[in-house]
Amino acid sequence: MFINFFYLLKAYGVPVTITEWMMLTEALALGMAHSSLTGFYHLGRAVLVKSETHYDRYDLAFYSYFQGIETPVELTEKVLQWLEKALPPRYISPEERQKFQEWDLDELRRQLEQRLKEQDGEHHGGSNWIGTGGTSPFGHSGYHPAGIRIGGEAVNQSAVQVAAQRNFRGFRTDTTIGVRQFEVALRKLRQLSSKEEGPREELDLDETVQETGNKGGLLQLVWTRGRKNMVKVALVMDSGGSMDPYMRICSQLFTAMNRSSHFKDLRFFFFHNCIYQHLYQEPSCSLSSAIRTDDFLRMLSPDYKLIVLGDASMAPSELTMPGGSIDWSYSNDEPGIAWLQRIKNHFDHAVWLNPIPAHFWARVTGNYTIAKIRSIFPMYELTVEGLEGAIKKLKVRQ
Amino acid sequence: MQDHKISFTGTEDYIASKELQNSVNVAVALGRPLLIKGEPGTGKTMLAQSIADGLGKKLLIWNIKSTTKAKDGLYIYDTVQRLYDSQFGDHDVSDIRHYIKMGRLGEAFLASVQVVLLIDEIDKADLEFPNDLLWELDVMNFNIPETGETVHARHRPIVVITSNAEKELPDAFLRRCIFHYIAFPDAAMMSDIIAVHYPDLEQKLLDEALAAFYWLRGIGSLQKKPSTSELLDWVQALTVGGISPEQIGEELPFLGVLLKKDHDFTTVLQRLHNEGAQAKPASRFPHLR
Ligand SMILES: Nc1ncnc2c1ncn2[C@@H]1O[C@H](COP(=O)(O)OP(=O)(O)OP(=O)(O)O)[C@@H](O)[C@H]1O
Ligand SMILES: [Mg+2]
Repeated sequence: MFINFFYLLKAYGVPVTITEWMMLTEALALGMAHSSLTGFYHLGRAVLVKSETHYDRYDLAFYSYFQGIETPVELTEKVLQWLEKALPPRYISPEERQKFQEWDLDELRRQLEQRLKEQDGEHHGGSNWIGTGGTSPFGHSGYHPAGIRIGGEAVNQSAVQVAAQRNFRGFRTDTTIGVRQFEVALRKLRQLSSKEEGPREELDLDETVQETGNKGGLLQLVWTRGRKNMVKVALVMDSGGSMDPYMRICSQLFTAMNRSSHFKDLRFFFFHNCIYQHLYQEPSCSLSSAIRTDDFLRMLSPDYKLIVLGDASMAPSELTMPGGSIDWSYSNDEPGIAWLQRIKNHFDHAVWLNPIPAHFWARVTGNYTIAKIRSIFPMYELTVEGLEGAIKKLKVRQ
Repeated sequence: MQDHKISFTGTEDYIASKELQNSVNVAVALGRPLLIKGEPGTGKTMLAQSIADGLGKKLLIWNIKSTTKAKDGLYIYDTVQRLYDSQFGDHDVSDIRHYIKMGRLGEAFLASVQVVLLIDEIDKADLEFPNDLLWELDVMNFNIPETGETVHARHRPIVVITSNAEKELPDAFLRRCIFHYIAFPDAAMMSDIIAVHYPDLEQKLLDEALAAFYWLRGIGSLQKKPSTSELLDWVQALTVGGISPEQIGEELPFLGVLLKKDHDFTTVLQRLHNEGAQAKPASRFPHLR
């Protein structure tokens, strides 16, 4: 049944498998499509598609397969009931408003701030402060069910029309990257010390507790050979103005790097457009956070894997001329390109990640400096594939 | 297979789109985990509570942290307690069963009636975590090697899993789930959500607040777009602050409630300043009702 639809989905790039198709068949047997095409559309999507980034492909496939089949959606009793429940909201009476004004504004602000602070971290959700926490002047009184909405679509739209709207088109472009993908890629950047060699000299705490517990309290020390990731990484990032459009993706990489706890050492440095005799420890590139590039090279042994992240796009003079720095208050005796070459020579492994997609490198305004820098650093675009390529390069034995 | 007759239609305090209801019901009928993704604040966590309330079941929550291991959800063998007890000799440490404690999944398996199990923010955990749970979620039992016992699910729990991740979980895991992406609510749905929290809101204030909110979200260069929860806070701040609807579009009062990043704050103020009074958010946004 509908088996051609299965192949069509695959052809459109939805990675469906037989497992899911069986699941769909089972659901159909249970009547979960409610004998309508709209029902089938939603059922199929829930069972067959596992990422919002594929919703659009599903829509395209659905449209091309079912085009011309239009089943009117019935306006059932229930739908009418729901519509009736959308009562007009009541106004707040002057007395009620008075009460709210008596509420101490400073106190409210303090609480909001507190709440914001709590939300600032990684976890954004789950707060019940408003509405149910009891601190709210609203929430529990005068409550009425506002009625249940019927999707985001007009009630009498057919499934094919819904598919044709391609509401999820926008999600496709977002698909190339994400913190998690970067994390996965970064995992590959490891070189473990050998497990076969060396004495067992590390106390394996978990195993010791486990074994001791297993023996009912008779202490059992368990020793192991440590296997450590030996990789040390230095990430040097451009925080200049032309990088603004790539802020999101760069901070995703930054986050992923930070979360990667498996490096032996991880250092971050910043620069503004091009590297000269100073690097900075803050993205603002403030003077107080400056360190000399010479010291940077002294500090980091050549076995650090160097990753430079930047758009490599600047005025040619910034790269090739003494005194070319974009900051007029900053004067460099040596051109940026000499510094870049020196840095590259210092490290055994160095790569450049560029947030500009590779197929634009020859065409964007910065194409001259991109080409120049590419002749020094192996350059990869900042996508998951790009990062994977860069990591391979960083692991090549010399 | 009678179970699929019960169906989830949202609850008084939770607005679920028809598609979402449908996905929930498919997952329940097929006995598959329901994987929910969506922007922060789109009601992923709250959905599980709503399902539990709507179907009249108990909710068990397993909050995932970066250090959570799949095994923690099954059971924990408290070796330290056993070791401790053994020092005093006043407990029977020979019976390991005293030191086995059920995790959330274990609890859900052993419950005497069907429960809803929420595995919240699965993407926080290690990359292997979802794969490590596959077997137990599939066959609905697990083994405790320490005691040699097998724990079978008495009733297959309704499993809801949430994730914020922008990228996929492992394929093998995904294949077994029913997937639903909660799209960001449109203005009409959003006013329903707000009505759930503030039923007595002045219509004009709501319209203006929504217009400003969607105008803000439309600004492409924001680092962190404000979400539903921030909008709810904002509406509260506006009401408590006694702000008149007219002020909202012009001044964007309490903007800090909506925006969390300095960068975004500056961007928005700049916009507001540049575009001036003739292009107030409300006039930029087609009228809502
Ligand atoms: N559909 C809805 N109906 C009613 N309230 C909602 C709805 N969606 C969101 N909310 C409100 O928004 C708040 C945030 O929801 P919730 O914590 O469930 O979001 P989340 O998607 O889990 O967010 P996060 O990704 O940050 O964990 C809830 O407390 C609830 O008040
Ligand atoms: Mg949540």
